[in-house]
Amino acid sequence: MIELDNVHKSFGDHEVIRGVSATVARGEVVCVIGPSGSGKSTLLRCINGLERYDAGAIRVEGITVDAAAPSIRAIRTQVSMVFQRFNLFPHRSALENVVEGPIFVKGEPRAEALERGRALLAQVGLAGREDAKPGKLSGGQQQRVAIARALAMRPKAILFDEPTSALDPELVGEVLGVMRALAEQGMTMVVVTHEMGFAREVADRVLFLDGGVIVEQGPARDLLGDPQHPRTQDFLRRVLNPI
Amino acid sequence: MERFLADSAEFLPILLKGVWLTILVSLGSLVLSTLLGLIWAFLRVSGLWPLALASRLVVNLIRGIPIIVQLFYIYFVLPELGIALTALQAGIIGLGIAYSAYQAENFRAGIEAVDPGQIEAAHAIGMGWWLVMRRVVLPQAVKIVLPSYGNIMIMMLKDSSQASTITVAELALEGKLIASSTFRNTTVFTLVALLYLCMSVPLIMLVGHLERRAGRR
Repeated sequence: MIELDNVHKSFGDHEVIRGVSATVARGEVVCVIGPSGSGKSTLLRCINGLERYDAGAIRVEGITVDAAAPSIRAIRTQVSMVFQRFNLFPHRSALENVVEGPIFVKGEPRAEALERGRALLAQVGLAGREDAKPGKLSGGQQQRVAIARALAMRPKAILFDEPTSALDPELVGEVLGVMRALAEQGMTMVVVTHEMGFAREVADRVLFLDGGVIVEQGPARDLLGDPQHPRTQDFLRRVLNPI
Repeated sequence: MERFLADSAEFLPILLKGVWLTILVSLGSLVLSTLLGLIWAFLRVSGLWPLALASRLVVNLIRGIPIIVQLFYIYFVLPELGIALTALQAGIIGLGIAYSAYQAENFRAGIEAVDPGQIEAAHAIGMGWWLVMRRVVLPQAVKIVLPSYGNIMIMMLKDSSQASTITVAELALEGKLIASSTFRNTTVFTLVALLYLCMSVPLIMLVGHLERRAGRR
């Protein structure tokens, strides 16, 4: 449902994505790993048009992603995004954050949206915190609200941009748990992450990105358990044995 | 002191007429400068460079010319172009335009103070420019902008006295007229100062309240 065809992207003189081609099938969970600065987040942000790409093509359900075209808004309602720093609206409660898109973007009836919003918050383990402002929630709770907000759009896929990188270590598990449950329900997910354990257990496929190109890709167990390319081997060694 | 009170009783009714005009000029130009300032600020953050450039030019043009010259221009030059305004209209329009530049800069600062991550998140759920403004940016920007807005109100109240230069008989001009015909300079200008304080001190207290509230967040 997501196709990337020879995508290029530069910031000034620096080419951060240098010809990436990949596909994500419906219901698939794809993890994107790689060293920082390898272009992982930029690639993800190109998929829903938060970043423009310079050459190549990205298609979502056959429709070309063009950040400048009006069609981008329809694509964004189908492909939700969860950010590293949560990016909740601080002046609105958890429930208001969740129903903002359904009510004001999709025009769903208010009562219906609120009911579904409560159910989604319960689904991510936050029943009873509907009225809390983001400032009163822990990082893990905020990220779960952000996931509920993404789900509220009834997306066909969700993009996760290092969803646990800004969290205290003891809060990582609760967010990964919610994501694993989503994967088990068949949600299409693209996850930029440093959580190799999550990638190994949940991902169908892993892409290793380095220097703006896909160096290696394959089923999670194969790529993480028996990497073929020396750069993949070197990266995994450093990530798994940091000392 | 008795003399002061006796004179005051005589002058106050005239000065209060000036107070009324001062309030009229201040409120009128406050409304106009707010509307224009919002327009300049929205153009500036529209993300479209010709609009942003136009807004910058207008704001810098307005900021670069003294208020008094702008008032003269509107009151004395526009009639030559066939646009004749009363002194009161010219005063309100002149001060409104002059202050729209400061309003615009204040509004822009408030809008740009909102975390860009939230704006991205709003885009990511399919919001367009105006919806992002209305639902995410403006509700937060208003709180950021309010204390400075109060300060601008105080400055406008005092600068409404500049309308006296184009014959608007507001408080300062009424005072000057009484003083030059009675020579009771001390009494008259003390009264004028006290009347300005009566209007500005409540505003100053309001700003203090807004700043404390903003600080608590």
